[in-house]
Amino acid sequence: MVSALAAHDFEQARALSVASAVLDPEVPCVTVADLGILRSVDIIDGVAVAKVTPTYSGCPAVLAIELAVETALLDAGFEARIERVISPAWTTDWITPAGREKLRAYGIAPPGKTSSSKMALFGEIVVACPRCASQNTSKISEFGSTACKAQYQCADCKEPFDYFKCI
Amino acid sequence: MATNADFANTLIALADDHLILGHRLSQWCGHAPMLEEDLSMPNMALDLIGQARNLYSYACILEGSGRSEDDLAFLRSDREYKNCLMVERPNGDFAHTILRELYFAAFMHPYWEAAQSSADKTICGYAQKAEKEIAYHIRHCGEWVIRLGDGTKESAERMRKAVTALHPYTEELFTITPAHQACIDAGLLPDLATLKSAWSMTISTIFKDAFLEIPEIAFPQEGGRDGRHTEDFGHLLSELQFMQRAYPGQKW
Ligand SMILES: [Zn+2]
Repeated sequence: MVSALAAHDFEQARALSVASAVLDPEVPCVTVADLGILRSVDIIDGVAVAKVTPTYSGCPAVLAIELAVETALLDAGFEARIERVISPAWTTDWITPAGREKLRAYGIAPPGKTSSSKMALFGEIVVACPRCASQNTSKISEFGSTACKAQYQCADCKEPFDYFKCI
Repeated sequence: MATNADFANTLIALADDHLILGHRLSQWCGHAPMLEEDLSMPNMALDLIGQARNLYSYACILEGSGRSEDDLAFLRSDREYKNCLMVERPNGDFAHTILRELYFAAFMHPYWEAAQSSADKTICGYAQKAEKEIAYHIRHCGEWVIRLGDGTKESAERMRKAVTALHPYTEELFTITPAHQACIDAGLLPDLATLKSAWSMTISTIFKDAFLEIPEIAFPQEGGRDGRHTEDFGHLLSELQFMQRAYPGQKW
């Protein structure tokens, strides 16, 4: 009994680590775990069940992400099932500190802390340049290359950069 | 008492608003007046179409009829779409498109805010996400309305024309169908009457900075919620549905 439980725990931990390592297809410097879009992985009746949540309602990467997680689990020898979780909704606050640091190192300014739509409506936020850390930056475009990013430019080092929007 | 059919039908009408407006915005892709807008139009379209997909899919589950989101989006006749007339209007110039998006976003923001206390957990989840997405639309379009209204003689004139043309269509956003009323009574969906003050506040604040007047509505333009559409809608559907009509059952 004890060893059966231990084996279950071991398999569960292994499934979690396999799924956690999957990279985001649009922002491949961070994993789905870094972004906080992998909610959990459990072994239920021998099947690895991964719960994944979308970032944006219209995020075209959702299917790709679900498929990538499923494939990673299958490759690791699991039977796998993906469940899409809607509530509680993902916000950028789910991104881990390690994930934020990886974004910055990749050249994407991480989102401001504590998202609220009131900020998006009325607040002007200060975005630090991911390269030189200058706060002397300005917004070029509210919308960028993917749904989750806006475009900024640094007035000191002159580099344009992506900002991971705070939602 | 709201039946599953009441709930599903009300969600489908809301999804229709999102799909049709998303389609209209997507028509700007590659035609916008500047690069930033070539990015922003499809991005806003993506938000709306994503929200439409969520609503359609959930309505299909509630219906339990075996219809899919694609069936609803692509395989109904014009009379079966229940979107309000405003979203199907031709894009017109950039001022028209931006103003219409502002009108709609200013309505959906308080809608999603209120929907977060729905008795239905799925709706709460969709609402939490959509509220933040639509806030960006208000901000982006609001800035443009101010920029154009407070811009050159030409841009101000075009903004005024857009207001005159589109404002009569805004009443229909607040129409409450019997099915919707049943959902309100059951605590499933927001009471649209309570959203009006937030909508008016957003519009009047932006109009003030844009030097635009809010016109009186002498003849409200409505009919879409009953399936009565404008001539332009048929042309829109012929483009939207083309692939599924020409190649039935085709998948990506
Ligand atoms: Zn810099």
